[in-house]
Amino acid sequence: MKEKIKFRESRSGAFRALVILLTVVTVVPLVAVLYYIFRKGISVIDWHFLVSLPKPVGEAGGGIFNALIGSILIIIMAAVIAVPLGVTSGIYFSENSKTRIYNIAHLFVDVLQGIPSIVMGILVYLWFVKPFGHFSAVSGSIALAFMMLPSIIKSTEETLKLVPPTLKEASLALGVPYYKTILWVIVPAGLSGILNGIILGVARVAGETAPLLFTAFGNPFLSANIFKPIASLPLIIFNYAISPYDEWHRLAWGASFILVVIVLTLNILTKLAERKWKVQF
Amino acid sequence: MESSILRTEDFNAWFGSSHVLKNINIEIENNQITAVMGPSGCGKSTFIRCINRLHELTENATTSGKIFLDDKNIYESNPTLIRRKMGMVFQHPNPFNTMSIYQNVISGYTLNGYKLSKSEKDGLVEESLKQAALWDEVKDTLHKKGTFLSGGQQQRLCIARSLAMKPEILLLDEPTSALDPISTTKIEDLLLDLKKNYTIIIVTHNMQQAARVSDKTAFFYLGELIEYDVTKKIFINPSDTRTQNYITGRFG
Amino acid sequence: MPGQTNQKSAVKGLIIRETLFRRTLSLSALLIIVLLLCMFLTLLVSSLPSIKALGLKFIYGQTWDPVANEFGALPFLVGTLLTSALAILISTPFSLSLGLFLGEYYPRGWFSGLIKNAVELIAGIPSVIFGFWGIFTIVPLVRHLEIKIGVAPYGVGILTASLILSIMIIPFSASLIRLVVTMVPRELKEAAYALGATRFEVIRYVIIPYIRSGLSAGILLALGRALGETMAVTMLIGNTHAIPKGLFDTGNTMASVIANEFTEATGHVYFSALIETGLLLFVVTTVINIIGVRIIKRFEM
Repeated sequence: MKEKIKFRESRSGAFRALVILLTVVTVVPLVAVLYYIFRKGISVIDWHFLVSLPKPVGEAGGGIFNALIGSILIIIMAAVIAVPLGVTSGIYFSENSKTRIYNIAHLFVDVLQGIPSIVMGILVYLWFVKPFGHFSAVSGSIALAFMMLPSIIKSTEETLKLVPPTLKEASLALGVPYYKTILWVIVPAGLSGILNGIILGVARVAGETAPLLFTAFGNPFLSANIFKPIASLPLIIFNYAISPYDEWHRLAWGASFILVVIVLTLNILTKLAERKWKVQF
Repeated sequence: MESSILRTEDFNAWFGSSHVLKNINIEIENNQITAVMGPSGCGKSTFIRCINRLHELTENATTSGKIFLDDKNIYESNPTLIRRKMGMVFQHPNPFNTMSIYQNVISGYTLNGYKLSKSEKDGLVEESLKQAALWDEVKDTLHKKGTFLSGGQQQRLCIARSLAMKPEILLLDEPTSALDPISTTKIEDLLLDLKKNYTIIIVTHNMQQAARVSDKTAFFYLGELIEYDVTKKIFINPSDTRTQNYITGRFG
Repeated sequence: MPGQTNQKSAVKGLIIRETLFRRTLSLSALLIIVLLLCMFLTLLVSSLPSIKALGLKFIYGQTWDPVANEFGALPFLVGTLLTSALAILISTPFSLSLGLFLGEYYPRGWFSGLIKNAVELIAGIPSVIFGFWGIFTIVPLVRHLEIKIGVAPYGVGILTASLILSIMIIPFSASLIRLVVTMVPRELKEAAYALGATRFEVIRYVIIPYIRSGLSAGILLALGRALGETMAVTMLIGNTHAIPKGLFDTGNTMASVIANEFTEATGHVYFSALIETGLLLFVVTTVINIIGVRIIKRFEM
């Protein structure tokens, strides 16, 4: 009996050691990826890099200004498209959770979230590129907007569901009509949670490349024309990374660094905002 | 002031198939405090929520019968407009936590889109807060958020918010059950003062409170109005044995 | 009572605005439904030329040769399944360990909080950057290995793509596992301890069985993600059309072949065949995701 216990206890200790070992083996490479990107990228970053345009093959120097502008433009447009639809349906879901529309639409939101980004690219190509005969920044935004929708919808719904129902009752008891109660009392109360969901959605699509491959397509020049192809950070990283030129690789590391910093900052922002918001109620 | 008699006629209410109010016939008197009391589940909260038509917003909640406010059946009018004529104060204070004290008091106006001049607003805020016996405590911090006040102060803020709309009837659903004894006393004194200008219906599970503040008391049991009379009589010499049992603590 | 203007018109205006508001809300939800139906229909309709021309040969055909107008997608199905399955296989022990570490052994404390946040942040690194990193770190490693073994030293291939996929899945799976592990009721664990069980036995006989459905949901969801993963895989899988026969062979997945060839697809059937590949991908990932989400919902109840 005693020996059995000894065996069991040492087995438990061994398992724990195994778990710790595997954890270290897991975490170290993951953090190493971050470290590698930072190390390779930071030496490339300087003011010149950020504000100049890519140079043709063979020439040294050049920068990612067009990609920066392009990314910002595409993402802002995507948000403009996705936020109204996302917040409105989120409000519907939080207020009507027993209807049949809810059951089907809610399921479809989960489906939307799982659609591979490349398939999204195909769809938007078929809808907004082929009929018009050319690539465009707008079509890229639309693809990204579709991908942002699920996070915006879900966080709007969850936030509003958490607003105490007593607030709604207080407003209704004052004789405020239902639509004003929702718009001017409930939604403002949940505003930080909704904003959080939007930032989260942006963080998720900022680094997406596949949906832009056949929509925004990329552009070696600076362009702010939303109906023409446009450069963006993920696209430029992809194209430079698979090229055989060392100089382009160097630029790709710089662009990767910038992109990772942007995405990480947005994610950290949402985490902080989430904590601040959770205390409110 | 218009006569604001509230009268119900064969009024019934259901939650789905559960019959929670059965054939209520009652006449509430002007400028008096009427207490509604009874054990848990007797329908007293449902009763006042039917008066301001909040009950029907719950899923599967239905009603039948009539409730007359100034001889007009409120169930034939638009519910939103009816609610503007009534003030309601809830069990747990619920000031709007995104608004300041000042904004909370006039929220009925801002949310409904009624335009007031600055001086009108200032006057209304001061008047309502004075009526709710809160003015002295908050007059220097009007623009801070309402959630920084104590429970009792928050509740008086909610009362001020309702009073600002100049309602015909003030409905209170166990307004002091979540408060400490001192705040409770302050609010009870406040109600005694308010009845000069308002008609008040207060739901309470605290018999002593009903005895302290109300002029008339209605005793509900299992959805029925068992007895409705001058408060003194209900407590000293009730007509119905069920009332008698409740008052002496045999149940509830 | 404030501003009692014309009552009748006030009520009418109110009712109109209320109805408008409610209608707008339901309309937006309906729009979501319509949107997804249109997405599916578009894929289906655009795949029809290929379905008509190839029929079932699309699924079992082994040759994908645009020049000869032959489009058998089997190599890509194999590539997709191989890389995803391998990725899940490789990553599971690590995700499980990390999940147990953060959820059971060290659920509190600033250090594990740091690790938890670091892992969640890494989950946000874009796929294209993972691929880029893989080109410079994993590919040389695999190339070394291939030289040692005596296989063609491509560096890229099934193994490389699977490795990067598993690295990308780990943060996601580990977070999920951590979450379900923390949801095991304390009373259950304490009952086991009170009976004299060791930590390992509590994990083995109480925690793991309890989270079994959460685990399978996690694996399913990770699988769904792996299947749709495009950029990193495209950069590391070698992009060839033959069926991969071994770990060190190059190949293609459904997602990567689309990424590579879509913009250059000339020819009606070629184009449609690529879309049909997308349709297949859409259907498979949707089914897996729905099952995964359903399991998690039941687990949360």
